[in-house]
Amino acid sequence: MSRPDRTHFAPLLRVIHWTMALLVLAMLFIGVGMVSTTGPAYVSLLALHRPLGIAILLLALVRLAIRLGTGAPPLPDDLPKPQKLAAKGSHGLLYAAMIGMPLIGWAMLSAADDRVSLSPSLALPAIMPHDLMLYWWLRQAHTVIGVAFFLLILLHLAAALMHGLIRRDGVWQSMTFGKIPGKRD
Amino acid sequence: MTQRTSRNTFLPMALIGTIVVALATAFAWVAGIIGPHRQSGGDIVNALEANAGGAHAGYRRAHAKGLCFSGSFTTNGAGLALSPASMFQPGTYPVIGRFSLGGGNPLATDGRNVFHAMALRLTAPDGQEWRMAMDHTPIFPVADPAAFQALQVASTPDPKTGKPDPARMKTYLAQHPETAAFQAYIAKAPLPASFATAIYYSINAFRFTNGAGTTHLVRWQIIPEATGPDLDKNTLASLPRDALFQEMVARTAKGPSRWHLQLVVANPGDVTNNATIAWTDPHRVIDAGTLTVSAVGPEEAGQCRDLNFDPTVLPRGIAISDDPLLAARSKVYSTSFTRRAGEHPGPSAIGKDMHP
Repeated sequence: MSRPDRTHFAPLLRVIHWTMALLVLAMLFIGVGMVSTTGPAYVSLLALHRPLGIAILLLALVRLAIRLGTGAPPLPDDLPKPQKLAAKGSHGLLYAAMIGMPLIGWAMLSAADDRVSLSPSLALPAIMPHDLMLYWWLRQAHTVIGVAFFLLILLHLAAALMHGLIRRDGVWQSMTFGKIPGKRD
Repeated sequence: MTQRTSRNTFLPMALIGTIVVALATAFAWVAGIIGPHRQSGGDIVNALEANAGGAHAGYRRAHAKGLCFSGSFTTNGAGLALSPASMFQPGTYPVIGRFSLGGGNPLATDGRNVFHAMALRLTAPDGQEWRMAMDHTPIFPVADPAAFQALQVASTPDPKTGKPDPARMKTYLAQHPETAAFQAYIAKAPLPASFATAIYYSINAFRFTNGAGTTHLVRWQIIPEATGPDLDKNTLASLPRDALFQEMVARTAKGPSRWHLQLVVANPGDVTNNATIAWTDPHRVIDAGTLTVSAVGPEEAGQCRDLNFDPTVLPRGIAISDDPLLAARSKVYSTSFTRRAGEHPGPSAIGKDMHP
């Protein structure tokens, strides 16, 4: 999938990456915050959580299409093989979580016979049958995968900063708008 | 060369570590894992479970004993004056609902917890939903979720006597004078001898905004067409186990029961964020339509058991007010729903009667 002729990810992909970075982090904080309280914030955060989740799902699908169509710049030659594998594996998991978490949320509400309301007069159709045990499993998965997603993002961020601040090998710049050190654009 | 690298990497490494730890700490704080205690849905559900002598697996943690019903809501459009909700457009809309009594024990005797309640889900063809969870008292014993939890704890039966400890109840009442109005109401209000002759109230105020953009605060009440005797409060203990539910089953076999949905519009001085305070003076009342209950069935066969009657699920033009009970009800119902979803419910007492 890597494209030796690239130094950067596609420009639109970079824009979507940073937009989603903010949205996904906000979403994970909204999610754990809302379920922790019986206060008024519960209702307001829930009203944000559902439409934001669908927005993330749509953005992730657009992003996946761009990524498959435009490829990724190659990782540095001197990067040890296990690190290359870890990079590729974690990117795959991040895509799976970005697409999977909204789908699990939508499926879980469908199994509970609840609506994903995007506005007071616009609700999405059900994608699962009304089944309480199914709801329970999906609800557990939504929490476990949500926390795992947050930890994966921390790992991804730490690795990206290591590339940018310590290795200075162009990997950080491949997702930003700066010049690649030692290379001509 | 090696020394130079390690000196150069110390600061960036410290920066990266700080960023990661700061994010993880903020996440744990928002999640309520660290920092000051925050009342969760689980705290209240735990108090309800303890009050009912432990969790009854598979059942609702409050109003555990219930009967499903189905029917319709027919409206002439009068409600449109307050909200453009689809179920206020003239027509007839399907309804699923549930009658229940108070308490967390699905096998309790009816006379122990006569606190009639009605849950409803109205559905419009365009997908809009209106879910309600109503009680037969116009006011509620507490104004906020912290007091609700305190009341559940104070009224938990002492295992030795089987009754709440009067000293704990006295301490609670001293700290929560707002509960006195509810106690006075319950002491003098008659207890209807049928689910079909009870009035059901929205408990909280809601914010209605009509097509012209005018907002009113509204409480609603569902008024029965049928009238009938009240229960003798002195002989409640001798009521047969499922007397009230069986009465409703027998009544419905003979014909449907009807109620009128009355929308009560707040007067300028009415308190709209505190469910312990009644609205007393004359009010503008709109009869928004007729609820007809035409069939009843045990929970394990009806569709109502697997629904969460979350009162914050509202159609267009109706929103929650700033009453703090509403968010808490939504969260606590959800916690109770999730807990019971992973368990395997059996039939309730009335279900056992109907399908022995």
